[in-house]
Amino acid sequence: MNFKFALFFGLTVASAAPAFAQKAVEAPGGKHAKDAEQMFRASFRADNPKYWMTRLEQDETMKTCLQYRDNPPRKIGEKLEKLNVATIRYPVDGKLIGDWKEGEKLAAVGTGGHIGFIQPDPAGRVRGGNCYACHELAKKEIAYGTIGPSLREFGKIRGKDDDTIKYVYDKIYNSNAFTACTNMPRFGLHSWLTPEQITHIVAFLIDPESPVNKD
Amino acid sequence: MIRRLMKTLVGAAVLAAFAGGVVAQDSKVADELAKYREALADGNPADLLEVKGEGLWAEKRGPKNASLEKCDLGQGPGKLEGAYAALPKYFKDTNKVMDVESRLVHCMVTLQGFTQAEVTKQWFSRPGKESDIEALVTFIGAKSNGMKINAPATHPEEARMAKMGEYIFYRRSGPQDFSCSICHGQEGKRIRLQELGNLTTKEGAGFAMKTWPSYRVSQGAVWTMQRRLIDCMRQARWPEPAYLADSIVALETYLQKTATGTVMETPGIKR
Ligand code: HEC
Ligand code: HEC
Repeated sequence: MNFKFALFFGLTVASAAPAFAQKAVEAPGGKHAKDAEQMFRASFRADNPKYWMTRLEQDETMKTCLQYRDNPPRKIGEKLEKLNVATIRYPVDGKLIGDWKEGEKLAAVGTGGHIGFIQPDPAGRVRGGNCYACHELAKKEIAYGTIGPSLREFGKIRGKDDDTIKYVYDKIYNSNAFTACTNMPRFGLHSWLTPEQITHIVAFLIDPESPVNKD
Repeated sequence: MIRRLMKTLVGAAVLAAFAGGVVAQDSKVADELAKYREALADGNPADLLEVKGEGLWAEKRGPKNASLEKCDLGQGPGKLEGAYAALPKYFKDTNKVMDVESRLVHCMVTLQGFTQAEVTKQWFSRPGKESDIEALVTFIGAKSNGMKINAPATHPEEARMAKMGEYIFYRRSGPQDFSCSICHGQEGKRIRLQELGNLTTKEGAGFAMKTWPSYRVSQGAVWTMQRRLIDCMRQARWPEPAYLADSIVALETYLQKTATGTVMETPGIKR
């Protein structure tokens, strides 16, 4: 085998492998994806108000995550992360860390935003961050979920410098700015939480006085 | 049957005694559920509903004064054994893939002469308002107890529905970016204290699907799979699907296909 051929052959194999790996996982729905989208949208009660139905719209991040079953190739993931970084907005006064006591309350609230006719949330119901659904935080709350990593002693371990504060603010505002297709919601992007509310939750994670950082 | 029923009555009383505290505090739920299971032994409040469903099945009702005994749930007219475990299924007469609930409603309309609106008005129970559909589905489900889920989606229409169900399972939208997969796509995760299986594996889907319909302790009622999935869409913060909608049947087809081979243990009892 001559050298040129060996080089060519090697390169082909190297470039073919990732393409093959991607192809192996078919997009959900396969050739029926388009029909499925139509059918899904047609499956809701006709008396859902229009503004409820807008909740079915998908931005580019959602569409891409669906296509890759939340596991996009790194290059595409990076593109989505850039897109999401660009959405982050900050409080007018520029202060990214607020009151941990307010944050403690918001982190625990799991209600809000439920619609439909069977068991909707009453109008004006506080929407919280519902962080305990997925994360361990303060030691005294034992009813925590495990979809996300434990955030116990987050500030104690990661510090309270400006970079860490900004990271936590950004992460809560738009989780996909760091990890495309993560299971964590984008609280700021969807205006689920206001920038001010996010600063309180930042304090809950970072402030040395917060129960997150006490034994 | 009578012995089982007696146990159930005792169980129901124990259950009522517990129920108050349960809803109040999530963190005690796991413990208390273990206690109920013990107290109930092999009884389940759903057994009462099963008996009611058996009566409704045989009773002549509706404008046509007919029973449901000629209803074809996919195994032939009146054949109930294993029918639930083999649904959803493609039906030639309607040219549709139907789940147990859509087929049952179809029978109540065609055999008994009810309108679809009449039949589905009370598709799930509320305190003081019982649901015939819940009772009938509990009865039909129990006729598959001990049998393997057998819904491999081999008919092209079934295969298509299963694929569409898979699409919906991964589809993210809404103000929390949710999809079914967020909550049900990984092993061994919990949301608060509720265990969430991985519904994309045979083991996980089987563990879930084998126990439906199920008596839900926190709700004090039996829930059908339609009720379960419509509530999961509520949790996803989406608008409300129509009862018997294709999207729900598609998800069921996907889940039952994945669960195929698992032995049914229904009616179940859940948080
Ligand atoms: C539906 C589940 C879910 C909810 C609700 C959720 N998260 Fe997360 N979170 C995750 C997952 C999964 C990860 C890990 C993947 C990633 O980094 O995005 C994560 C990661 C994080 C991280 C990064 C951890 C690190 O080590 O850098 C922070 C900080 C965080 N979450 C904070 C929060 C806060 C605060 C809330 C409430 C406002 C919250 N999360 C709500 C699922 C969730
Ligand atoms: C926000 C989280 C969340 C989302 C999103 C969600 N579910 Fe659920 N699901 C739950 C919870 C919580 C339960 C009940 C677990 C319990 O009570 O122990 C559940 C129960 C179920 C069950 C019964 C499991 C069993 O073991 O009996 C099925 C099946 C199911 N969900 C399917 C779905 C499907 C399909 C979707 C998408 C339409 C979906 N879920 C979306 C949280 C969710």
